[in-house]
Amino acid sequence: MAKIVFESVTKTFPRKQAKGRRAGVLGAGGSFTALDGVDLEIGAGEFVVVVGPSGCGKSTLLDLLGGLTRPSSGRILLDGEPVTGPGLDRGIVFQQYALLPWRTALGNIEFGLEATGVPRRERTARAREFLDLVGLTGFEDRHPHELSGGMRQRVAIARSLAYDPDVLLMDEPFAALDAQTRESLQDELRRIWQRTGKTVVFITHGIEEAVYLGQRVAVMTSRPGRIKEAVPVSFGDRATGAGGEELRSSPEFARYRHEIWTLLHDEVARAQQLEKEEATV
Amino acid sequence: MSTAADTKTTGAGAAPGDGVRATRTPAPVREPAQAPDSAPVRETAPAREPGPAAAPAARNALRAAAHWLRAAALRSAAVLALLALWETAPRLGLVDSTFLPPVSEVAAAWWELAGNGQLAEHTQASLVRSFGGFGIAVVVAVPLGLLIGWYRPVAVLLGPLLEVFRNTAALALLPVFVLLLGIGETSKVSIVVYACVWPILLNTISAVGNADPTLVRLARSMDLSTPRLFQKVILPASVPAVFTGIRLAGAVSILVLVAAEMIGAKAGLGYLINASQFNFAIPEMYAGIVTISAIGVAFNQLLVIVERRLSLWRVPA
Repeated sequence: MAKIVFESVTKTFPRKQAKGRRAGVLGAGGSFTALDGVDLEIGAGEFVVVVGPSGCGKSTLLDLLGGLTRPSSGRILLDGEPVTGPGLDRGIVFQQYALLPWRTALGNIEFGLEATGVPRRERTARAREFLDLVGLTGFEDRHPHELSGGMRQRVAIARSLAYDPDVLLMDEPFAALDAQTRESLQDELRRIWQRTGKTVVFITHGIEEAVYLGQRVAVMTSRPGRIKEAVPVSFGDRATGAGGEELRSSPEFARYRHEIWTLLHDEVARAQQLEKEEATV
Repeated sequence: MSTAADTKTTGAGAAPGDGVRATRTPAPVREPAQAPDSAPVRETAPAREPGPAAAPAARNALRAAAHWLRAAALRSAAVLALLALWETAPRLGLVDSTFLPPVSEVAAAWWELAGNGQLAEHTQASLVRSFGGFGIAVVVAVPLGLLIGWYRPVAVLLGPLLEVFRNTAALALLPVFVLLLGIGETSKVSIVVYACVWPILLNTISAVGNADPTLVRLARSMDLSTPRLFQKVILPASVPAVFTGIRLAGAVSILVLVAAEMIGAKAGLGYLINASQFNFAIPEMYAGIVTISAIGVAFNQLLVIVERRLSLWRVPA
């Protein structure tokens, strides 16, 4: 049985909320459609990356899965149960880290555990364990402003993992990082995923990132967002432990990248056209 | 180093001092965090500390002390210059020493007032009113501000009205307070409460409204209940801004009180100043004025220290 099922999920917003990344197509009655009939199945323990042009509703998709908004029609099933609201069975990692600036790295990880009712002493021990998992041992007492961007995102990932959700939802988590940090965090994320066996839904607009990370890459259409195609990605080399540069420079990688680039290309062009039209209205 | 920075901020508006603090305090801690990854940081940081022997450490301490002394001298220079001018100008006949007696005479008058207990009496009367009004304002305005800020429609509704009240000078309303509450303690404390409420209230409302929406989303995604969200996210995020309001109110509480005491009071520093002027006891008048500025500076300094303690985590701009 699939872990997560999107069943013809549609999301429309009233017009006045139509700003920024949620821009969509103007529909009847001053509302507009961000997502239009999304169908996608994600298996337990699978790493799925969703790519799409800007404003295609990627983040809306994640908000729906996280239970932060409700679909206008259709439904999302998690372990066969419809998603009706937020819950600790899903952990979200935000692009802007969303760390509590008044708490230390350790305190931020404990924050997630406080919601689950883990006893205080155990919280600290667990938080340390997960700080170690993301390679930040020794930075327990640093506040977020004393950490680099990459470190902050590591803390945020540790926080989401610490309360042990089944599903990890990641909303362009590495978009604000420089290239080197991003690549090292991608490796780290794959390692963590292999170690913990979480189901990961990862949103990005980077094709390379998608190919590198995902077992499957779901390409979205420009707005209103739909799943255009879900491309399974598998490297023969990966089983032998190849990673990093070796994988990125392999001909297989280039082939996948080109395939997804082709799928995405028309959509990006269309999205830009839409944006131009909207700007002139 | 931090004490040297403390003396910088005086008076109500701490804007220039804030800038100095922002650039100074985080400097030593930010350096290691600039490194893109964890490994190099962990290697360099411990290596640097035990490395140098005791002698350079002592030299460093000496240099720090010298630095501090120089900073202290620099900071007190202007005040000392003012005192020197105050002493010499009347003596040289540049100003009429009847109206501006040299600072040494004022000091003598101050010493006498302090000795015969008058100063203590007036100061106590003023502080009780000032702190009383200030305390009431904090207790009332902070919860009220949190409440109004949380219910955004209410904040939008009341915003313009609050702006009107804040921009109505409290002293302009003093006659109204006297009219309604009489000439006694009630009207004096009330005017302090009134003047203190607005900066606290407005700062608290905007603090709650400006809480990082990403953090709110995070809390929502964790299915935190609204009271927990308030307790764990909104409240701590608001503390620095709320305290800025409290600090502004602290300055206001003394400013307004002194003026209020000049009308129909029998004790208090404002009364002392006013009465001394009437009786032509000019050095005593200046002694009262100096006492008030000293109290104002000390109170503000105290609040600045508490504020900084509470906002250590604030991301330097």
